[in-house]
Amino acid sequence: MQFNMTPGVTDISQQVYNLHMTIFWICCAIGLVVFTAMFVSIILHRKSRGVTPATFHESTKVEIIWTAIPVLILILMAIPATRVLIAMEDTSDSDVTVLVTGSQWRWHYEYLDYDIDFFSILATPRGQIEGRLPKGQNYLLEVDRPLVIPTGKKVRFLMTSDDVIHSWWVPAFAIKKDTNPGFINEAWTRVNEPGIYRGQCAELCGMDHGFMPIVVIAKEPDDFAIWVEQEEARIAAIREEEQRLLALRMNLDEQMELGERVYLAHCAACHQPNGTGLPPMFPALKDNHVTTQDRAEHIRVMVDGRPGTSMASFARQLSLRELTSVITYTRNAWGNDTGDVVQAVEVYEYMQSKGE
Amino acid sequence: MNNEGYQKYYVPDQSPWPLVGAIALFFIALGAGFYVIDMSKDQSGWGGYMLLLGIAILFVMLYGWFKNVVDESMSGLYSAQMDRSFKQGMSWFIVSEIMFFAALIGALLYARFIAVPWLGGASNNEMTGAILWPNFEAVWPLLTTPGGTETQAMGWGLPLINTMILITSSITLHFAHTAIEQNKRGQLTGMLLVTLILGVIFLGLQGYEYILAYRDLGLRLDSGIYGNTFFILTGFHGMHVLLGALILFFVLLRVLKGHFTAEKHFAFQAGAWYWHFVDVVWVIVFCLVYVF
Amino acid sequence: MSTVTTADHHDAHHDHKPTGIKRWLFTTNHKDIGSLYLLFALAMFFLGGAMAMVIRLELFQPGMQFVEPQFFNQMTTMHGLIMVFGAVMPAFTGLANWMIPMMIGAPDMALPRMNNWSFWILPFAFLILIISMFLPGGGPDFGWTFYAPLSTTYSNDSTALFVFAIHIMGISSIMGAINVIVTIVNMRAPGMTWMKLPLFVWTWLITAFLLIMVMPVLAGLVTMVLTDKYFATSFFDAAGGGDPVLFQHIFWFFGHPEVYIMILPAFGIISAIVPTFARKKLFGYASMVYATASIAILSFLVWAHHMFTTGMPVYATLFFMYTTMLIAVPTGVKVFNWVATMWRGAMTFEVPMMFALAFIVLFTIGGLSGVMLAIAPVDFQYHDTYFVVAHFHYVLVSGAVFSLVAAAYYWLPKWTGHMYDEKLGQLHFWCSVISVNLLFFPMHFVGLAGMPRRIPDYALQFADFNAFISVGGFLFGLSQLIFVWVLVKCIRGGEKAPAKPWEGAEGLEWEVPSPAPYHTFDTPPQVK
Ligand code: HEA
Ligand code: HEA
Ligand code: CUA
Ligand SMILES: [Cu+2]
Repeated sequence: MQFNMTPGVTDISQQVYNLHMTIFWICCAIGLVVFTAMFVSIILHRKSRGVTPATFHESTKVEIIWTAIPVLILILMAIPATRVLIAMEDTSDSDVTVLVTGSQWRWHYEYLDYDIDFFSILATPRGQIEGRLPKGQNYLLEVDRPLVIPTGKKVRFLMTSDDVIHSWWVPAFAIKKDTNPGFINEAWTRVNEPGIYRGQCAELCGMDHGFMPIVVIAKEPDDFAIWVEQEEARIAAIREEEQRLLALRMNLDEQMELGERVYLAHCAACHQPNGTGLPPMFPALKDNHVTTQDRAEHIRVMVDGRPGTSMASFARQLSLRELTSVITYTRNAWGNDTGDVVQAVEVYEYMQSKGE
Repeated sequence: MNNEGYQKYYVPDQSPWPLVGAIALFFIALGAGFYVIDMSKDQSGWGGYMLLLGIAILFVMLYGWFKNVVDESMSGLYSAQMDRSFKQGMSWFIVSEIMFFAALIGALLYARFIAVPWLGGASNNEMTGAILWPNFEAVWPLLTTPGGTETQAMGWGLPLINTMILITSSITLHFAHTAIEQNKRGQLTGMLLVTLILGVIFLGLQGYEYILAYRDLGLRLDSGIYGNTFFILTGFHGMHVLLGALILFFVLLRVLKGHFTAEKHFAFQAGAWYWHFVDVVWVIVFCLVYVF
Repeated sequence: MSTVTTADHHDAHHDHKPTGIKRWLFTTNHKDIGSLYLLFALAMFFLGGAMAMVIRLELFQPGMQFVEPQFFNQMTTMHGLIMVFGAVMPAFTGLANWMIPMMIGAPDMALPRMNNWSFWILPFAFLILIISMFLPGGGPDFGWTFYAPLSTTYSNDSTALFVFAIHIMGISSIMGAINVIVTIVNMRAPGMTWMKLPLFVWTWLITAFLLIMVMPVLAGLVTMVLTDKYFATSFFDAAGGGDPVLFQHIFWFFGHPEVYIMILPAFGIISAIVPTFARKKLFGYASMVYATASIAILSFLVWAHHMFTTGMPVYATLFFMYTTMLIAVPTGVKVFNWVATMWRGAMTFEVPMMFALAFIVLFTIGGLSGVMLAIAPVDFQYHDTYFVVAHFHYVLVSGAVFSLVAAAYYWLPKWTGHMYDEKLGQLHFWCSVISVNLLFFPMHFVGLAGMPRRIPDYALQFADFNAFISVGGFLFGLSQLIFVWVLVKCIRGGEKAPAKPWEGAEGLEWEVPSPAPYHTFDTPPQVK
């Protein structure tokens, strides 16, 4: 059982921890003095001991003293606090910059210095949450794609959001910064030790606020460089694959299989695994006009989202292949049975038509 | 004040009106809530009717309640101390109204001096401007929002006339006040009437300005923070002018019925305070919304 | 209603009580209205507490067992709203109604009819709030702080009802506050000078001032939420030039004074009880008054300490950090004065005193964790974790609620004419004080260990603490049933209470018989 704050793995987080402990002990000391006085009085000055009450009821001198001493204590606290705060502010001279975007209920990371960007989503299976499977060690604190950063380098985070306010919090770095839609906040860290660090969204952001973890892997700079290469290659490969896909036709079974996986990872939180949704906030997809008939609208909603609702645009969040499959899946699952097999070109064409 | 204190402090007996008033507010709030929900979905429901019912009950309540108060006042039940209670109550009510406007004005100042500059990259929001809104220019009035909605600014010619009208009305009301204190009933009636007419003209011009805004300037509720602060401040102010005018109207009716004396005219005074308050708010709104 | 009979009635001056349901519906009597407020607050405390029990039940174990995440959020939201606006604030208003006229020697509140209106609005406001939970999309689920845009663009339809419910709650609070101020300023008995006012009256005067200053701001804010959601404005939307953080500034400009609204009258109660049972005059009366006023003034300058992580510029963060820390000074003066009052007194430990003593210790603990939260760089780690939840339950439950319970025990003899059952009361005290610590103390630890607030499910390392906390919660809830038992027993009968049941008590309220006659001080007492 952990009782106290983590000292963390950065110089700043250690300073924060020390400040926390300093303030904590000062508060304990104050409490001790006050409570001792009180309990001494409770024990000694009770009627049952036959005391007669004193009659004093003011003393300018003591009152000035006990106004002045707290002021001094507070000044004593304020000095280190100010110092640490100012040290945390300076985001200049960073080596790596990551744009962190929160959205309901996933994180998006974009490396401004590399050709890398991806989403990061809770990886704990629903079965564990619902108690059908035994809970794993990192229950609720695991994601499909962690953020990777180099150790010993100054990493600058730019924080924003696509919808509501979230807050990106990794205790080991002592970073908690709100992601305000339409604005960019900044924070930075320099991690001393390689390792896996876990955190969570810290601002109530709707239904699945509790299911929006953060995992950061800090790697030695060399390993980080390798990772960057691999990741760039992986993302490039997906893009290529997408191009190839446009020519290709996928059959229903293929699509249903991938589509189901995508659906459960991205859609089921709101629209429910069985497609019944949680109306009226999250409409049912089963027997829905859009998913059973209006195919063009279906593609449009998936690509553009529904502005002003929780339905986000999935154009960036999913690969073309995933988008196509999940549309096909929804059109055929849970008795929707349209028999429609949507092809990548179709979705791609709509995306292009918007670009013009 | 005096040592006999509240010896004659009048504590009214039971009254049904507070409960009726609470029921009225219940229907108003619930009705307004459902009305807004229905409206947002383009569907029709019974919210609007409930709202109207609530307002109707509220009027019945106000009539009944004030009738009691007026009768009590006319039959001499209210001591000087009682009058002081009313006056102090009214002053604190006005303080609360000031704070309501303070919140709205605070929103305007924040938008203008903090939010909009930050969206343009000021202070610690360099990246906000650079990455999210690269084409956005932070100026006030904000005629093009970061999202790209465009509108035009409202000039201050018409509002200046309106300002004159309201200030004049404050002066005429002051004359009415001196008249009541000197028991000049004719001047009192006349000046009250002039004040009321000026108030109505103000409202008319305000309505005309809204038409201009919507029709010619494309300045609407949805045209971004400039339009939002414009409408919410002038709109709530306008509603207060309307309320003030209503109060003065009923005061006028009572004057015509021969109520009030040179010493005792709390209702008149409350109405006058309210009117002056509404004027002062207008001058501030005029400066912040239109001129600067 | 009829004015003529009323006039006679008052000249006649007899202790005539109207009967039946109309007595309560149409009343203008400050004691009746006070009782109504207190009973309403108790009911709401149980409703809000029941919701807390749902929260604790779901958090008993990791995993989702009993409710859906969205319903959980509704429970959190409604729990906060009901406890703050439905339980604590009305309870203090009830005490103000009962006690202030008696303490200053007034025949009633200054504006008795408006007084009744202020009360009857409240049940309807909460009815609307509760109706909103049955809308198709569910009730408010955006936290009691209803941050935009979660409460605007991304909320369900309940927002509309929520907004109007808040509006009418605000009207109720403002009218109540106006009544309190006018009563205190205008209706003191001859000789009751400012510096002779009981501290409960002083603290309420300042509280009422705070209410009048901040409730309208809340009204303005919910109005903007309404227009943002339904009328296409963009006060809190960057695309239209607004800012979601603007919402927070306005909310906390209201919200921080609001938390002092819930604690200043508590200070007044403790300042009444401690001298009584220490049989010694309150130490530092004048500095108590000045400290209360300082707290009130400072409370307007600290609001952004709830917003350290929103990315304010560093100079703003520093400003709010310093002002927040300063509040510890006047609050400290109060704590020290209470201790000095006990010092060399002759104390006895009846139930009101026990709760008052527990208040002083536990409120101080909560205040000290508040000072820790005020330190901005560490608040980055504490913010939105259970450490904050621990802080505010210490000041609210073992602070505000304990003071209310203490007040109830203290004045029950005056209200009912009967002594409460001392044994049961002591049992209630010990059960409460132990379980409240089992409930809220470990929250400090889970918070520091990293558990965010407002989550329906959590990582495994928090499991043991949460089970413990939940058990503490159930025990605390059950302990409150003892309180109800005490209340019922005391209202229905018991040992007759003398006019002044407490040896060391001072004040006008103890000079009228127990139970207090329906009309007190029809002619003003002369205060020397
Ligand atoms: C009755 C209610 C109440 C009271 C009295 C207080 C009192 C204080 N509160 Fe608290 N607070 C809340 C209710 C209250 N609070 C609530 C409800 C929230 C959460 C809202 C939400 O987000 O939902 C909150 C949140 C909150 C935060 C935001 C935390 C966060 O979200 O990150 C902060 C930060 O500064 C804070 C600080 C303080 C301080 C400094 C005091 C001070 O007034 C305390 C002063 C008292 C003492 C210090 C003890 C006695 C003094 C001495 C013995 C003298 C010597 C002491 C020193 C020299 C240190 N509070
Ligand atoms: C004065 C205000 C007040 C009071 C008195 C309380 C009282 C309690 N609170 Fe409250 N709480 C808040 C104000 C208050 N709270 C606020 C403002 C929030 C923030 C909301 C937000 O995040 O938006 C909050 C949030 C909050 C949370 C965090 C929720 C979250 O972040 O997800 C929790 C969790 O444990 C909690 C628990 C409790 C408990 C167990 C009590 C107990 O003290 C309640 C005890 C009372 C009873 C239990 C009722 C009486 C007894 C019965 C009905 C008999 C039946 C009993 C049993 C079956 C056991 N509260
Ligand atoms: Cu995202 Cu909470
Ligand atoms: Cu605060």
